Amino acid sequence: MGNITLDKVSKSFGATNVIQSVDLDIEDGEFVVFVGPSGCGKSTLLRLIAGLEDVTSGRIMIDGTDATGLAPAKRRLSMVFQSYALYPHMSVRQNIAFPLKMAGDDRAVIDRKVGDAARILNLTDYLDRKPRQLSGGQRQRVAIGRAIVREPEAFLFDEPLSNLDAALRVNMRLEISELHQQLKTTMIYVTHDQVEAMTMADKIVVLSAGRIEQVGSPLDLYKRPANRFVAGFIGSPKMNFVEGSEAGRYGAAVIGIRPEHLAISTTEGAWRGTVGVSEQLGSDTFLHVHVDGIDTITARTGGEVVLDHGDTVFLTPQPDKIHKFDAQGMAIR
Amino acid sequence: MATLQTKSAARMMMAPAVIALLIWMIVPLSLTLYFSTLNYNLFNPAETPFIGLMNYKFFLSDPAFLTALRNTLALVAGVLVITVGGGILLALLLDQEFYGVTIVRLLVIAPFFVMPTVAALVWKNMMMNPVYGVIGQFLNWVGIGAIDWFSNAPLTAIIIIVAWQWLPFATLILLTALQSLSEEQKEAAEMDGAGALSIFWYITLPHMARAITVVILIQTIFLLSIFAEIYVTTSGGPGLQTTNIPYLVYSQALLQFDVGGASAGGVVAVVLANIVAFFLVRLIGKNLDA
Ligand SMILES: Nc1ncnc2c1ncn2[C@@H]1O[C@H](COP(=O)(O)OP(=O)(O)OP(=O)(O)O)[C@@H](O)[C@H]1O
Ligand SMILES: [Mg+2]
Repeated sequence: MGNITLDKVSKSFGATNVIQSVDLDIEDGEFVVFVGPSGCGKSTLLRLIAGLEDVTSGRIMIDGTDATGLAPAKRRLSMVFQSYALYPHMSVRQNIAFPLKMAGDDRAVIDRKVGDAARILNLTDYLDRKPRQLSGGQRQRVAIGRAIVREPEAFLFDEPLSNLDAALRVNMRLEISELHQQLKTTMIYVTHDQVEAMTMADKIVVLSAGRIEQVGSPLDLYKRPANRFVAGFIGSPKMNFVEGSEAGRYGAAVIGIRPEHLAISTTEGAWRGTVGVSEQLGSDTFLHVHVDGIDTITARTGGEVVLDHGDTVFLTPQPDKIHKFDAQGMAIR
Repeated sequence: MATLQTKSAARMMMAPAVIALLIWMIVPLSLTLYFSTLNYNLFNPAETPFIGLMNYKFFLSDPAFLTALRNTLALVAGVLVITVGGGILLALLLDQEFYGVTIVRLLVIAPFFVMPTVAALVWKNMMMNPVYGVIGQFLNWVGIGAIDWFSNAPLTAIIIIVAWQWLPFATLILLTALQSLSEEQKEAAEMDGAGALSIFWYITLPHMARAITVVILIQTIFLLSIFAEIYVTTSGGPGLQTTNIPYLVYSQALLQFDVGGASAGGVVAVVLANIVAFFLVRLIGKNLDA
């Protein structure tokens, strides 16, 4: 049904290689998130799958057939754009009905499908409004509505939540996950927000400079990052990296330890340091500790801390949670 | 302009401009209205008796008036159809990326900078002349045979000349509208299964609706008063075939020396322009609402 396979897909704009020989298997019904820093090629990869860009080399298989040269409309995929790309002169109803109208469905079928989509997305009261009369979240839902009426093989989302405020973003995140549970259709979702990636994905694809760094389930990437880039990208706040002699004691060029895997004590421990800035979030506190002979290390602790700027603390990494990397940044297992 | 004080200050500041503009408009208009009620002929300027609405009666009952009205509307409609249709096509073409597009854009705009009289003379003598004009030669070469434009299809000839002059304006406005259409919208339509024609019809054309409205309104205002092109090519002829209202007013005043009649004609032209504007705004004005 909705399985998509990328086979050595490359894309270059002129002389710059934006996507470099990407291999990827996406199973039917999976929720796959592409994540990576800005400019790493997430949108480009999504647009290649959508057919909005031509591949430079490689093959794209959709549902078992070669779709590399197929026009976007023929690939049976739906896309939700970052700017929503609603048609401003059409009402919500006409926007959602547009793909059905283009497919030549008759009025009764269109009305029924638009009605269904509007009900799923809570848009029934807004069907006769124009997009400019809607809030950001409602516009987002119209864009999703336009995508789901076509009953595509897979949905493609390009940073659909980046224009929304924080609270709404959390809401829409849940709604999209809920939609995925209901429809059980393959979804490919691009974001640079690793919280979105961790919470929504069945499978995360971490990209960097046009290459896949690692593919795996959220917890897989969290617990067993394949390299230093993934280790630093997944998890918030970032993993601490320690180089030099301290890393050498563990037989590695670099060791990494997450802020939540450091024990804090005022009396004794492995690393001695002074407290710098502490960020209090209520449930958590992040301490930025200047450790002697190492660097600034971030440590997570519970809500109430009695440490002040300049106090001396001791940090101790949990031994089984230390990640070891070689000189090339690859994980040592 | 939030407070009372700033409001009255603003009024005082604007007053000189408003008053100057008012005088600028009122004086000629009231003079025209005044002359239109006089029997004022340049052969006998000493005697200008008041004759009420007689000038209007003569102007409106003149068979030339209806012909001129028909010609005026045909001219406006013909030029609008050509410039809007051609403007959309040219704008679509110039929106593409191709080698030398900047130079082509410049060339397309060029006719707008040619003075109407010059443009009309160039068309009359170099393009449309049946013996040595380019079009005649071309038609001969194709085998259709040259057309004597100004005797056989004089109004069409004028429409072609005026349309040529206004095509750049329409193209320019429509091109800027086209360029403001977001690429993502077209891509979304493409993914929704719309072909090139459907994208044009459902996405591009509605996007350009406002610009098309502006083109139609502005051009109509100017096209109602076309004069120079007619004056230097056909002088309103043959017969009355290319006489429009402005030309009829001119011939009343300066060929028949009847200032009173010409003034009445001028007032009628103003009223007609307002009627046309009223219907236009009713018809397409809603496109201008945000
Ligand atoms: N049409 C284009 N022509 C040339 N270079 C391009 C084009 N589109 C994208 N690029 C380049 O390709 C690279 C990847 O772009 P892409 O839009 O895929 O990044 P992204 O991962 O989506 O970033 P972001 O998170 O900021 O959206 C960038 O360096 C960009 O400059
Ligand atoms: Mg992007």
